[in-house]
Amino acid sequence: MSLWKLILTNLRRHRVRTAIGATGIALGVATMLSVVGLLGGAVKMFEKILRSDAEMVVFERNVSDLFFSNVPETLVAELEKQPFVKEAQPVLFAIITAPDRPVVTCFGIRASDGRLKKAAWLEGGPEGFTDAGRAVVLGERAAEFMKAGAGDEVELGQERYPVAGVVRMENGFENGGVFMPLKACQAAFHKEGVSSVVTVALAAGHEAGEVRQWIDTHHHRLTALENEEFSRSYSQFRILKTTAWVVGGCAFLLGGLSVTNTMILSVFSRIRELAVLRVCGFSRGQLAAMILGESLALSSLGFLAGWVLSVGGLRLLKALPALQGYIEPQVGVSELLGAVALAMITGIGGALYPAWHAARLKPAEALRFE
Amino acid sequence: METIIQVEQVWRSYDEGRIEVLKGADLKVARGETVALVGSSGCGKSTLLNVIAGLETPQRGKVVVAGREVADETTRRDLLRHTVGFVFQLHHLMPGLTLEENLLVPAVAVGMAGSVARERVRELAELTGLESRLDRRVRELSGGERQRGALCRALMNEPEVLLADEPTGALDETNREAVFDLLMNLVAEKGLTLVMATHDMALAGRCARVVAMRDGRTGG
Repeated sequence: MSLWKLILTNLRRHRVRTAIGATGIALGVATMLSVVGLLGGAVKMFEKILRSDAEMVVFERNVSDLFFSNVPETLVAELEKQPFVKEAQPVLFAIITAPDRPVVTCFGIRASDGRLKKAAWLEGGPEGFTDAGRAVVLGERAAEFMKAGAGDEVELGQERYPVAGVVRMENGFENGGVFMPLKACQAAFHKEGVSSVVTVALAAGHEAGEVRQWIDTHHHRLTALENEEFSRSYSQFRILKTTAWVVGGCAFLLGGLSVTNTMILSVFSRIRELAVLRVCGFSRGQLAAMILGESLALSSLGFLAGWVLSVGGLRLLKALPALQGYIEPQVGVSELLGAVALAMITGIGGALYPAWHAARLKPAEALRFE
Repeated sequence: METIIQVEQVWRSYDEGRIEVLKGADLKVARGETVALVGSSGCGKSTLLNVIAGLETPQRGKVVVAGREVADETTRRDLLRHTVGFVFQLHHLMPGLTLEENLLVPAVAVGMAGSVARERVRELAELTGLESRLDRRVRELSGGERQRGALCRALMNEPEVLLADEPTGALDETNREAVFDLLMNLVAEKGLTLVMATHDMALAGRCARVVAMRDGRTGG
């Protein structure tokens, strides 16, 4: 029998206690992976909206939220003259109200923007969506809650707009939103001549650095970032990701307390047993290692259970009709490794005091312990 | 004969010196000798055994076992791993483990190879008539079997000294005789040194020497 077998045997002997300790960690892991997965998915969805066949995004420097970014529309023409740019597209983000819907995301785009061309048209067609016109295109879910289709009129803000068509988008935000011709959108929000961002597709053989340098030289109020850079540096994404890890970390802390509690209970209810182990020749280090090992095994068990729980929970959420398209959980290797690391740290941290107590145990006193 | 246990002027008290249990105890035991410590409850028999095994640290005095002074944690650990086996009044086997798993515990402490350890378990189980009980959990064993199991566990790492604190004190008369016979046979067969604390003068009389303890001191 090895120390590991003794550790596993100890866990097996106290099934209920083991289950309670592992459940604490499992809930921590499940909460963390779910929150990180959901928010990570939301960030990815927003990234997809920005990307749309482009490698870079240009926006106002130091802006806290893209909704507040103002990029002159004239930049599009300037960029398209540069040899390193294949295509530049302005996008104006806005929030508009609809009857019984206080928040509807509005995307002000040009008719040449690729996202509508690539969409699955359920009603109408792209020919009805023109730069000079006022006709809007509804995402599938927006069409459902507005109860409108191609040829109808919808009320958005203070105005009524004709509907050119209905599209099914992969992305929940786009599917629940409204695509409006850029000019009409600028007029509705009094943002004539500006967009929130300009997405840039690079010409073949050219690099992002050329765009960045050109923007820095000619428009120092603006900044150009590659999509990955943007994801890393955009403050809203950073806040979301940090929030996810903090909430997950708190859940882990609670799991850690459950492990500490379980291990303290485990040590105090086995005082005599631990003393007998000392009498049998176990060193202080071996006793501490045994307690830490039990805690690590408990955490591993909890991690696996939590992982399964989070995968099941996220699949369930994704399958809910009301949330379809809005939830695209992203649990990658880094999130899993983060959860493993936190589970192990929690396991070790939670067992430090019990292990210390076990190692300092005085065998003769412990054997007299009632 | 070579002295294997030497206790010199050992003092041990509890509760910040308010309760003095050992008050200058002395004991010399030769290798292979069997010694019974007798005396009334509270006279310090168990404490003396604990001090010899390194389970308690005396405030004063010197304890030497197998040529090593029991003065630091490493020596105490090494003694318990290789030199001293301990049997208590209660068996203290771990519930939930089989008898075999219980006997393997001392082997885990010294990192003994699994095959060697299992072979030693089988050998001890044969000597104590427990070979058919190895796969049983502690709750499935009788009182006598549990105490025989505890004896096997104490002998797992082939100690030179066996310390026994009322080893038959929790058994009925029939089991008491049987377990004590077994203990004495094993001690003789393996050439062990035995120091046993007991109230039972009949059992004490079967040891080569009886040491009377009174008020924390050893007599003749």
